[in-house]
Amino acid sequence: MSTLTETVEKPDRRLTLDHLDTLESESIHIFREVAAESERPVLLFSGGKDSVVMLHLAAKAFWPGPVPFPLLHIDTGHNFPEVLAYRDRAVAEKCVRLEVAMVQDYIDDGRLSERTDGTRNPLQTQPLLDAIAHHRFEAVFGGGRRDEEKARAKERIFSLRDEFGAWDPRNQRPELWNLYNGRHRPGEHVRVFPLSNWTELDIWRYIAREDIELPELYYAHEREVFERDGMLLAVGPVSRPHENETVVTRQVRYRTVGDMSCTGAVESDAVTVEDVVIEVAATRLTERGATRADDRISEAAMEDRKKEGYF
Amino acid sequence: MATTTMPDHLHPTLLRLATAGSVDDGKSTLVGRLLHDSKSVFADQLDAVERVSRDRGLAHADLALLTDGLRAEREQGITIDVAYRYFATADRSFILADCPGHVQYTRNTVTGASTADAVVLLVDARKGVLEQTRRHLAVVALLRVPHVIVAVNKIDLVGFDEDVYARVAADLAEVATDLGLPDLHTIPVSALEGDNVVDRSSRTDWYAGPTLLEILETLPVADDPGHEEFRFPVQLTLRPQEAARDAAHREYRGYAGQIASGVVRVGDDVVVLPGGRRTTIAGINTADGALAEAFAPRSVSLRLADDIDVARGDLIAGASTAPEPTRDLVATVCWLSDVPLSKRSRVLLKHTTRTTRAIVTQGKKITQSVLRDILKAKIEQVEVSANDLEGCYIAADGVDMETGEVKNEANHALRPVTKRKSAGARKGGDLGGGRCGSAGRPARNARWRRVSSGREHGRR
Repeated sequence: MSTLTETVEKPDRRLTLDHLDTLESESIHIFREVAAESERPVLLFSGGKDSVVMLHLAAKAFWPGPVPFPLLHIDTGHNFPEVLAYRDRAVAEKCVRLEVAMVQDYIDDGRLSERTDGTRNPLQTQPLLDAIAHHRFEAVFGGGRRDEEKARAKERIFSLRDEFGAWDPRNQRPELWNLYNGRHRPGEHVRVFPLSNWTELDIWRYIAREDIELPELYYAHEREVFERDGMLLAVGPVSRPHENETVVTRQVRYRTVGDMSCTGAVESDAVTVEDVVIEVAATRLTERGATRADDRISEAAMEDRKKEGYF
Repeated sequence: MATTTMPDHLHPTLLRLATAGSVDDGKSTLVGRLLHDSKSVFADQLDAVERVSRDRGLAHADLALLTDGLRAEREQGITIDVAYRYFATADRSFILADCPGHVQYTRNTVTGASTADAVVLLVDARKGVLEQTRRHLAVVALLRVPHVIVAVNKIDLVGFDEDVYARVAADLAEVATDLGLPDLHTIPVSALEGDNVVDRSSRTDWYAGPTLLEILETLPVADDPGHEEFRFPVQLTLRPQEAARDAAHREYRGYAGQIASGVVRVGDDVVVLPGGRRTTIAGINTADGALAEAFAPRSVSLRLADDIDVARGDLIAGASTAPEPTRDLVATVCWLSDVPLSKRSRVLLKHTTRTTRAIVTQGKKITQSVLRDILKAKIEQVEVSANDLEGCYIAADGVDMETGEVKNEANHALRPVTKRKSAGARKGGDLGGGRCGSAGRPARNARWRRVSSGREHGRR
């Protein structure tokens, strides 16, 4: 231990943590509780900004040791190429194991069939539950935030899923103070949401403060897009414009990253992380309202998908 | 810490608040009003609320729809479970837990209030203090929520009458005194019309106090860690050996946890409980570098000067201020299970990072007169059903429990869970939560501590 050379910082006289430090410490506590009490945790990692921040926090929680659990990506096959490239870089840098479950495999062998609207986000549920069962994962870290959506606003930090992966929103466990209960029967698992109390703006301020690298498409860039249902969709192999939809080149960025065929871009001049913080602070639309076609299906679209085992 | 270039106003503090109230007190409307008037509602959320309100034939947007997010809640027009909402002003970020009002969902209210720095309780000005008001105030007292703000709502429906407000406020002050609530504020508001929520009302000129948002922006966020005793429950040992991310840390051995209370400095004398071995703090580490001192609630990793046995569940405390370990506890528990508590119940207690087996040695009637008055219908029973407040004696195996003055709250939280499925209880289900103190003292002198309590079925 004496070999350590440490630069000791000036103590903080205010004795009040600011809100990002408070959120960071809460998330680190959650990661450590799960690692200490759960046999086989796994962290859901898509390369999206929330999962990137989760991985960053997990790395901090166990420093100077490695992140003591693998990552799991449920690959829709409808990826933005730069996100997949980012994912593989991040995995290599953090020296973690990555498991991938492919929606495409399920479609190829007939276990799932393509939806008429072409979106594959809802198709992720079955591969996710199968991967959890196959690897016997007991605790599954998800990047869900309560500010995202009204059903997520109702969920506990430790959320029990039954043997069918289902969430029972009317019968959730009590969750007192920071004493989390991850006990469950064989076949059940818990979903754990370390970012529950973070908002989109908190995430961006933290990305700025910590200088965290993200896939480039989170920042403003020129892209060929077409308008559908009031959203700007990228032109790509899985998202082709219909005959009556005009392709234009716009300066856009993505607020969320998901299935390319149903994730919309927003027009933006925010080239740097500081620009994005300012833009997010001023926005008048929720990130899902602005960018996710699949959440617009009904008033309770997310609740219904969560009940079936979705993220 | 990472360096930051943000100006000071982007370093707001974080206040956690919970709302509570009886059915139809207009609680969700108040939350909606707070979010709406502080410009924290996004345009697409408001569009959705307005669309649904129109479909239901309502003249105005029903702001309760902003937080009643579950299908069943929207169908029934009630709040079943806690909804967490986030809003911010220039100086402060808020986490708001909107809790249900129905008696049958009290356990969800306990969940929402347990983490709160402040509770906003609604009272209907026309109805005054109800049994559910007293129940919620008792829960708030039990959970030791530092600040309580009572919004005397629907003041417009009593013609903005000062006398009505004064009577309700006096009743509340009396209950607060009986329960020992440390900090109570009352405000006349109309959640529906917005009076005194964010903007001052011109219709209550007899009220000189602050608006609800003004109070929320100025409440102290937490106790000053500088005045608390140091408590550090160990979560796990960080000892990477060959797996260290850099070669310099192969020999590293640190104890990871979140500081529950107080301040720790390099060189401090500490004791590791329950073993009682003394040592000094050799280092305070984070992934961002070493610190000379750290305070609650920061997550850190501590290195100790001596190579002693430390494991998850141990408590590192200041050597001169350490608590006395005890096996006998007295607990006031808000019982959350449908399975009643009875004498000889075997439970698992979760206390900080330690889970331990315990036996209920005595079901004891509540000795605090106010709690007895509030719960007079149930207090004579030794066995109680869900959502009752219950005083009981629990003998625990190896819990480090404080016997002196309660200087910190986090060290007293206990959470028993069922060990196996039995009589309708799910395995691992939570049974209750509350606070405990050493059984060695008369209950009326004991400061009540946080406990969460559950039950282990089967083996005798």
